[in-house]
Amino acid sequence: MGLLDYFRSRTPNTSSASVAKERLQILVAHERSERNKPDYLPRLQRDLLEVVRRYVHVDDNAITVTMEEDGTHEVLELNIVLPEEAAAAPKPKPRQRSHPRR
Amino acid sequence: MSRIIVVTSGKGGVGKTTTSAAFAMGLAMKGYKTAVIDFDVGLRNLDLIMGCERRVVYDFVNVINGEATLNQALIRDKRRDNLSILPASQTRDKESLTQEGVERVLNELSETFEYIVCDSPAGIERGATLAMYFADDAIVVTNPEVSSVRDSDRMLGILASKSRRAEQGLEPIKEYLLLTRYSPERVRLGEMLSVADVQDILSLHLLGVIPESKSVLSASNSGTPVTLDEKSDAGQAYRDVVRRYLGERVPHRFVEEEKKGLFSRLFGG
Repeated sequence: MGLLDYFRSRTPNTSSASVAKERLQILVAHERSERNKPDYLPRLQRDLLEVVRRYVHVDDNAITVTMEEDGTHEVLELNIVLPEEAAAAPKPKPRQRSHPRR
Repeated sequence: MSRIIVVTSGKGGVGKTTTSAAFAMGLAMKGYKTAVIDFDVGLRNLDLIMGCERRVVYDFVNVINGEATLNQALIRDKRRDNLSILPASQTRDKESLTQEGVERVLNELSETFEYIVCDSPAGIERGATLAMYFADDAIVVTNPEVSSVRDSDRMLGILASKSRRAEQGLEPIKEYLLLTRYSPERVRLGEMLSVADVQDILSLHLLGVIPESKSVLSASNSGTPVTLDEKSDAGQAYRDVVRRYLGERVPHRFVEEEKKGLFSRLFGG
């Protein structure tokens, strides 16, 4: 390498290698988390969204289904973010669902 | 008791066959009875890299189908008589490999050989999954480049879930990282992922670093595993790899740039 390269190499550390590393770290972490999941999860998520929407209007990304390993057993975690009251769907208002039972 | 080593990567063109040939030759040079098998049915190339392409009569698929005996298909290396090559078929497709057939051949090889090196094809199809299925150890060949690193990680997932050891709940396959086509100068310039970067991402035991080297092409040009080229940096790096694999403590070389004189530093060289 010549004298010119020496000066070129002084340029800041947003080198292409560090960009590569960052992109890979994100991607690999994501792909690893997907790795051992059953392949029905996306379909399950879609179906659940459909059912929930019959009652409450929720966003497409309001439902997350994750599968995690916890020692010897697997945990299927379902997380639904219900909308704020104002945005809630008209039909059965979420608040009114909880009638006191006798 | 023999040991089965798969040389794998997912991505093509990273140096699997070069590594299989060099590593198998290195084991033979250390005195071990070694066999190296080409699993790339349809795209056979190990014979060419080993320099025995004109001696191929029968192949792996012939043996699986009972059209030839193992001894008829094995090609004994002319430089090391404790090294044998089992070539892939050039005319069949990868579906001709069956799990039972591969297992039978590996079992028979285990009776004679101490080390069996399986040269995996690229991809994650039949040939690649069968090459790693029975493995005890895996050498994951990786280039310091995004697609290769990603594919290696994918391969690690497959090794951990779809191998015999995984399915039978045995001790998992031992996985080693072999970083090839490495250029310390480009790493210094920030143009290439460093050894440490790749290790951070893959968290694998580093078996060695093979520098980008002209001698790899000239070795394949002449059909000589690069390990036999004592003068070449890549050849020395592969010898180190073999020693490390066999349990010797050998410091890593070719990770840093060679020291250059003032003249070549200033004017390039």
